[in-house]
Amino acid sequence: MIPAAFDYQRADSKEQAISLLSEHGDEAKLLAGGHSLIPLMKYRLAAPGIVVDVGRIDELSYVREEGDHLAIGALTCHREIETNELVLANTGLLAAATKQVGDPQVRHRGTIGGALAHGDPASDIPSAALALRASLVIEGPSGEREVEADDFFTGFLETALEPEELLTEIRVPKLPNSTWSFQKFNRRAQDWAIVGASVLIADNQCGVGLVNMDSKPVRATALEEAIKNGASAEEASELAAEGLEPPSDLNASTEYRSHLARVLTKRGLQESGK
Amino acid sequence: MTINGTKVSADVEPRTLLVHFIREQASLKGTNIGCDSSSCGACTVHLNGESAKSCTVLAVQADEQEVTTIEGLADGETLHPMQEAFRDCHALQCGYCTPGMVMAAVSLLDEIPAPTELEVREGLEGNLCRCTGYHNIVKAVLQASGSKS
Ligand SMILES: Cc1cc2nc3c(=O)[nH]c(=O)nc-3n(C[C@H](O)[C@H](O)[C@H](O)COP(=O)(O)OP(=O)(O)OC[C@H]3O[C@@H](n4cnc5c(N)ncnc54)[C@H](O)[C@@H]3O)c2cc1C
Ligand code: FES
Ligand code: FES
Repeated sequence: MIPAAFDYQRADSKEQAISLLSEHGDEAKLLAGGHSLIPLMKYRLAAPGIVVDVGRIDELSYVREEGDHLAIGALTCHREIETNELVLANTGLLAAATKQVGDPQVRHRGTIGGALAHGDPASDIPSAALALRASLVIEGPSGEREVEADDFFTGFLETALEPEELLTEIRVPKLPNSTWSFQKFNRRAQDWAIVGASVLIADNQCGVGLVNMDSKPVRATALEEAIKNGASAEEASELAAEGLEPPSDLNASTEYRSHLARVLTKRGLQESGK
Repeated sequence: MTINGTKVSADVEPRTLLVHFIREQASLKGTNIGCDSSSCGACTVHLNGESAKSCTVLAVQADEQEVTTIEGLADGETLHPMQEAFRDCHALQCGYCTPGMVMAAVSLLDEIPAPTELEVREGLEGNLCRCTGYHNIVKAVLQASGSKS
């Protein structure tokens, strides 16, 4: 399988990437690690006229400590995040979720920015970003803006990114004393989650992000509220699928997914000490 | 790009996949295509020293980069220790998955020099062996690392 023909441009800086995007508008698609985009192009589910390769913008690959949060460059690959000392010490949940992505080859190429910008409800990374209340820094022709993870995912494979914008940084609160658990249910090693859950408990805060439980990455808000009000893991996890519309497909029905969400969040909450 | 230490240049369409470039432009046929859909790992090569599935990389992404294929592992007639271990442990049956499996295993030991059996199994989760010879493959990787199973 080969993709449909396209023009290729490599951007060496974020400014150049934004200017190429502005020039080509809807026709252009950014290429980071390519591990979501290239398979889609091979299946001809995506056929951009122009591919703007941002994979070599090294200035966007970093993990830095900045006050109360870690700043992670959008082009940082999964492998770097799962092994980075700062990430492991301050936001272990993100490292744990990242470690569950695909296989080592995928994690050598795929990037955190690509995984978030793709907006896939089946992806593990957005669930961790939601649970951690991360925020995302977006740059475009008119400057920079910061968007909460909650407001970033807007629909199935849709995000707050405009066609001429670039995701540049992910800001994750430093929570060295949090307890957390990443739960992923799948049938075979390497597979995507049928359902997954990122669970975070920090001081009085509870964050639970879910994988594959709606048309976009979502939080289990009813469950979080119950924990805040003193409910046990058992009681709160009953509310895991409340208000959500999980998809039904070959792997699982809507009802089964709701059941998995309850089981996985209960395990996750218990592992996090609730 | 540089493949196994030799510069290779060709004008190709942007949509050319790295695996096709390696097999057709560089005429190195050791790298196999199994699933062509990023799952099986038969096409695994090293891109700048790290394992990657070359069916999911564009040749242009490897422009000016270093690629190593299975042909680049041995030193003349002397097999790479991982190749030697695969031979010793009968870690191949039909051999189709083997080039990718060996490349993934070498990259794994670069990252975890003395892995446990579980780490080997997890580290090779991106590589499928249709002949299901996993047990001997794991044995070979442990032997190459010097770890005891
Ligand atoms: C075999 C296989 C198994 C996988 N298994 C899993 C899994 O279990 N769990 C999981 O979560 N993921 C999985 N993935 C997906 C993997 O995490 C991808 O790496 C990730 O989804 C996309 O990151 P990328 O850098 O490869 O993005 P790309 O494919 O390059 O881009 C994805 C999309 O995001 C856009 N984009 C990329 N970077 C930016 C940016 N900086 N700003 C704005 N837009 C941008 C692109 O235009 C494109 O639309 C798997 C992939 C493969 C091939
Ligand atoms: S051919 Fe590339 S992963 Fe199967
Ligand atoms: S030896 Fe036949 S596929 Fe692995």
